[in-house]
Parts: sequence; structure tokens; C-alpha cells
Amino acid sequence: MDVYISDILLNAPFEIVVLTALIVLVLESTRGTRPNISSWTSIGGLSLAAVAALTNLGASVETFGGMLQSGGFANYYGALFCISAVMTILFSRNYFERQNYHRGEAYILLLFATLGMMVIAASNDLIMIFLGIELMSICLYVLAGLFRHRDRSNEASLKYFLLGAFATGFLLYGIALIYGSTGTTNIASIRTAFPHVSHDLLFLTGSGLLLAGFAFKIAAVPFHMWAPDVYEGSPTPISGFMSTGAKAAAFAALIAVFSRVFGPSENAVHQIIALIAAASMIAGNVVALAQSNLKRLLAYSSIAHAGYMLVGLAAGTADGQIGVMYYLAVYALMNLGAFGIIGALETENDQNLQMDDYAGLSEREPVLAACMAVFLFGLAGFPPLAGFFGKYYVFLAAVKARLLWLAVIGVLASLMSAYYYLRIIVFMYFEKTKAESVPISVPMSVRWTVIFCAVLVLLFGLFPSVIVQTVLRVLF
Amino acid sequence: MTLESVMFYVLSSIGIASAVLVVTRRNPIISALWLIVNFFCLAGLYLTLHAQFIAVIQILVYAGAIMVLFVFVIMLLNFRDEHTLFERVTWKKNVAAGLGLAVMMEMIYIIMTAAYPSAHYFSRSGYIGTIENLGVQLFTKFLLPFEVTSLLLTAAIVGAILLAKKKMD
Repeated sequence: MDVYISDILLNAPFEIVVLTALIVLVLESTRGTRPNISSWTSIGGLSLAAVAALTNLGASVETFGGMLQSGGFANYYGALFCISAVMTILFSRNYFERQNYHRGEAYILLLFATLGMMVIAASNDLIMIFLGIELMSICLYVLAGLFRHRDRSNEASLKYFLLGAFATGFLLYGIALIYGSTGTTNIASIRTAFPHVSHDLLFLTGSGLLLAGFAFKIAAVPFHMWAPDVYEGSPTPISGFMSTGAKAAAFAALIAVFSRVFGPSENAVHQIIALIAAASMIAGNVVALAQSNLKRLLAYSSIAHAGYMLVGLAAGTADGQIGVMYYLAVYALMNLGAFGIIGALETENDQNLQMDDYAGLSEREPVLAACMAVFLFGLAGFPPLAGFFGKYYVFLAAVKARLLWLAVIGVLASLMSAYYYLRIIVFMYFEKTKAESVPISVPMSVRWTVIFCAVLVLLFGLFPSVIVQTVLRVLF
Repeated sequence: MTLESVMFYVLSSIGIASAVLVVTRRNPIISALWLIVNFFCLAGLYLTLHAQFIAVIQILVYAGAIMVLFVFVIMLLNFRDEHTLFERVTWKKNVAAGLGLAVMMEMIYIIMTAAYPSAHYFSRSGYIGTIENLGVQLFTKFLLPFEVTSLLLTAAIVGAILLAKKKMD
């Protein structure tokens, strides 16, 4: 393989993130470094990488001997991951301080996890997808168990690790079988070989196992069992990062493998994806109705949202892909914002996470309550917020692809979801503050990040074409 | 029958037998010892597939390092009564056994019915699995995955230290 200067220049966002991670690693090992220095260095590096990614949204080019697919598609996701990571760090700084965790190593792992996600989105080879998923997951396993003195955090980390390792086994086995039937791990070559192997049982089994591995990472039913416990036990901003970044990365891999290889043709894999989507939407929303812990509630809602997004993939058309990519971006903003607010209001020892703790929040914290309401309305899919258009695009794609039953289930499921999202809003606006609730001071950096998210959710809802045009440019 | 297929049948039958013994023995140490037999059979199978390097690594890493770890953990856990591990057979276990059987049937069905992949993908020369060939592949075609692996290991080391370090502050 020859490496050209252009390979290195085209992949600038990766290199910036790698360099930042290594710099922070050295900074952390230096005696007397304050966590503030690490966090601001990370934020600076990630912002730079996001800018580098956003300046190159052109057509995709194969780099590093066909290992990576650099260009628009990869950079769209790259920017999404970097921005999510920046927001996660902004929320974490204050959160870690309040939970008496005064170290900066977490930011190194966060940077490496972001790098893993970017590798997944850019990979043009199943080996690279596997490495990216491992890089992301190993960092997330550790981040979930960051608070070592807490049982719940340990439980989350161990559960995520064991089940994640199991899912990795599926993934690798699937890759091995696909390699066995096509003789290559390169996605472009697999696509060329697809007409010859499309009815080969070995290939279909491999694809099924691959799908199971990815479904675990996006927390879709029936591979969702880990999500509620892990999201509940992990540090709150990290839960937000897992439910947005990790999910978006796995979706990027799903699009890269299944949409690129299988194309819009009718086949068994699309039917399986449709079934998984329907099961996720129903199960996620039904169980979420019964939750009173907000982190758990958002975990089940994230299972349901994985279902909505899978609807777009089940359609298998370009419309569906556009819908999924739009949905991922706005979902990341809404969910990160919601987890950010929950983290900002959380007190020590997992207190202040119940729904009735939010009673009367509109009087105590009018700005945060208003932002939370924006996120929740967005997640429920009320127009004109961004969440509405996300659902609109994926359901429209499903209807166009003659999957009317799936779209009907989706609409009914999101109607159901409105109940539990609105319940939180009712608590915030129409209930009296509990007498024993303690006042919390939320620093300006967290406030402004939350407001920024809320404004973007509003703007992307009013002008969805901003993102859709970008996605169109990236995909075609 | 060629010598190769004789080797295959001998190694795979010992391998399957030892794998069954691993899960049926009550004493965890004996299970672990049967697992070593299984690892050696697998290494032999790799050799018949011309994967010399993987065969050696299988012995070194699995039969060597990982087994030591297994035995160590079993000794450290110090089961007073091994039988407690086997006492409860719940409906969940029965369902799991049924599902496992179904998956095995499916796999047998797939292997029986699948069209064999065309032979030209597989070079039959003994050269394919040598360290030299592996190294050439690793430093030419798969250079980028090789480099990314180094980052993966760095991240794993940071994570391991973060979780295992004695004092936090």
C-alpha cells in the first residue's frame, strides 16, 4: 500500500483527535495538572477537528489503500461525533466536580472513543469497522465505571463489558463468514461480489450475525437488555454520550454495510430490520411508560428512537438514509441536552433523578425548565421542533417503500411516547416544588451549552433543509 | 482418504469430545484441564489449514497465558462446594438449552446445504500462514488497521490503569 500526502490531508480530523488525545495523555501524566487544562485542551482539539471535518463535505474518496472512505459521509458523522464530545465534556466538567471526581483521565478516554466512532463512520473495510467499534466500546466500558466507589457504576461497567464482548463475538463471526463467502473484507469489493452471493446461506448468516452485533450497539430490541442499567449507572453526561455518539456510530456502520452492499433491493435482511424496528418502537415505548427514574426513562426512549431510525433503514431507499442521517443529528442534540440538564440537577449519590424531583422546576430554574421542555417536545416529535421532521422523513420513506404497516406502528408508538415525555413537563410546570428539595447552582457554561442545544433544535426544526441539503451533498 | 482428512477427523473428534467434557465436569479445575486438550486440537486443526502462525499463537496465548489466568481465578475463587454451581435447573436453563440446540441444528443445516465457496479464493500453498507472509500483509495492505490497533491498545492501557489504580487522588 502506498500512502500519499493527500491521504493524510484528507483525514485531518482523525489526526487532530489522535494528537489531542496524546497531548492530553502527556498533560495528565505531568504532576500537578489541573483537570481544567485537560478538559479545555480536549474541547479545543475536538472543535478544531469538527471545523476540519465541516470544511470538507465533498464527494467520498478512498484513502489508505481502500481502508478508509474519506470525504463527505465520514466528515458529516465526524463533525457530529466531535460536537457531541465537546458538549459531553462541557457537561462533564461541572458534573465530575460536583461528584467529587477531580481527575482528567476521563477526557483521554472520551477522545479515544470519539476517534473510534470516526473510524467506524469512515471505514471502507470490515476490519476497520471492527477496530473502530472496539476502540469506542473499550473506552465506553471504562467510562461507564468511572465512579469506582459506586456499586451502580461498577454494575453498569461490568454489564456493558460482558454483553458488549458477547456482541463483539457475533460481529467477528459475521465478518469471518462474510469473508469466507466473498473472499474479501473490503466493503466495495463485497458489493461487487453481492450478486453472486446474495442467496448464499453462508453470506446471509454472516450478514445476520453482523446485524445482531450492530443491533446490540444501537440498543435495538431484542439486543437492548443492557441499555437501561448501563445508562442509569454511568455518569450522566457519559450516558448522554453513549446514547447519541455510540448509537450514531453504529448507525453509520449499518448504513455503510447494509445500504451500500444490499442496496434498495427487496431481501431478507430488510425484512429483519423492519421487524427489529417494530419491536424496538413498541417495547421501548411501552416500558418507558412505567419509569419514574429519568435516566432509565431516557434509556428506554433511546431504544424506541433506535427503532424509529431503523424504520428509515428498513425502507432501504435513499430517502430513508437521508431521514436517518437527519434524525441522528437532531436526536444527538435533543438527547445530549436532556442528559446535560439531568446531570446538572443531579446531586451526590444518584439523588434528584426521580420525576417528582422535577416538580416546580419552572419556578426554580425557568431557563433550564424551558430548555428541557424543548428537548422533550422534540423527542416526542411535536412540530415545529426538529424531532418532528426526523420522524416525518423516516416514516415517509417507509410509506414510499410500501412498508405502510411499519409507518403505522411508528406513528402509534410515538403517540404513546408523548404520554411520558409530557408527564415530565407537567411535573415541571404544573406541580408545586417539594418542601425538601435543595437549591442547586448551575454554572454558566452548562447553561449556555443547554441553551445552544435548545436553539439548534428549534432552528433545525424550522429550517430542516439546512441539514437535509448537507446530507444530500454528502450522499450523492 | 488422505492423511490430511484422517488428521482432520481425529483432531476434530477429540476436540468435540473434550469440549463436551469441559461443560459436563463438575470440578472446575478438571474442566479447565480438558479445555487445554481442546486448545491443542484446535491448534492442530489450524495446522491442517496451513495457518502455522495462528497454530503457534493458539498454544502460546490460549493454552499458555489464558489457561494460567483461568486456573488462577478458579483457585482464587475457592469454591467450597462445586455442586452449588449445578444444583438449580430452572425453566430459563431449559429454554436456553432448547435455543442452543436450535442454533446447533441451524448451523448443521447451513453447513450441509450451503454452496461451497468457489475454490479460487483459497490458496492451498503452505506459504499462506507463515509469519513472513502475515508480516508482509500487515505492513502493506493492512498497515492502517495495524496502526489503529496501536491506538486501541493505548486506550485500553489507560482504561485498565484508570480502573485498577489503587488510589484515585
